[in-house]
Amino acid sequence: MDLSADKQTVDGADGALIEVCVEYVAVLKEQRGADEETLCTAAATPAELYAELTARHGFTLRPERMRVAVNACFVPWHVSLRPNDRVVFVPPVSGG
Amino acid sequence: MFRFEISDRPLEPAALEARLHRPDVGGIVSFVGRVRNHHQGRAVRELTYECHRVLAQVEAQRILFDAAGRFPVLAAGCVHRIGTLPVGEAAIWVGAAAAHRAEAFQACSFLIEELKAWLPVWKKETYVDGTSAWINCAACAPVGTG
Repeated sequence: MDLSADKQTVDGADGALIEVCVEYVAVLKEQRGADEETLCTAAATPAELYAELTARHGFTLRPERMRVAVNACFVPWHVSLRPNDRVVFVPPVSGG
Repeated sequence: MFRFEISDRPLEPAALEARLHRPDVGGIVSFVGRVRNHHQGRAVRELTYECHRVLAQVEAQRILFDAAGRFPVLAAGCVHRIGTLPVGEAAIWVGAAAAHRAEAFQACSFLIEELKAWLPVWKKETYVDGTSAWINCAACAPVGTG
């Protein structure tokens, strides 16, 4: 676990900022250079959060090819994010 | 016994299969996936597997219970390796036990196909030439294109 990841603030157009934790795996972890970070965001949904993070970190995976989990449950991309949610963006799997 | 595990140590298929033994079991079908030395024409040196332990357990239990609902299996299990594996090493073991062989074959086939499709595990291939690539992610188009 990378505890050195700095907290960062994302400027939102409106709405309150919330603090969430994002876990990165596989190719996303490599592209981010960290396996986890806590950040404040105005993103209302995982879809908005991924778009913000992609703009910042240059992720090459398109969200249409991924799933997302919040608090250990797979959820639709448009669910509402809540403070202290733990978000995992799940790249296309390749086990076995 | 419907159990899923992640292991960072070499798999022992015989010992894993023994977990499925019950007096009412008449057939056990197991599958072992091993590291292959080639992929899409490229010479592979080793694979590195990574998983999300919590999500992998969630998905594996869902798939195991799904199999139990579809087929009259009496026991089933799966163990997936993580870490860097050389060619020939076992990466995944799947086993299904039933009263008769047909159900055991069906359940085992169902399990490996579903696990490969959904289990939050990712593999990175390292090739003999020293390059490497995440499988299913290497050719991803940048966001906003296409």
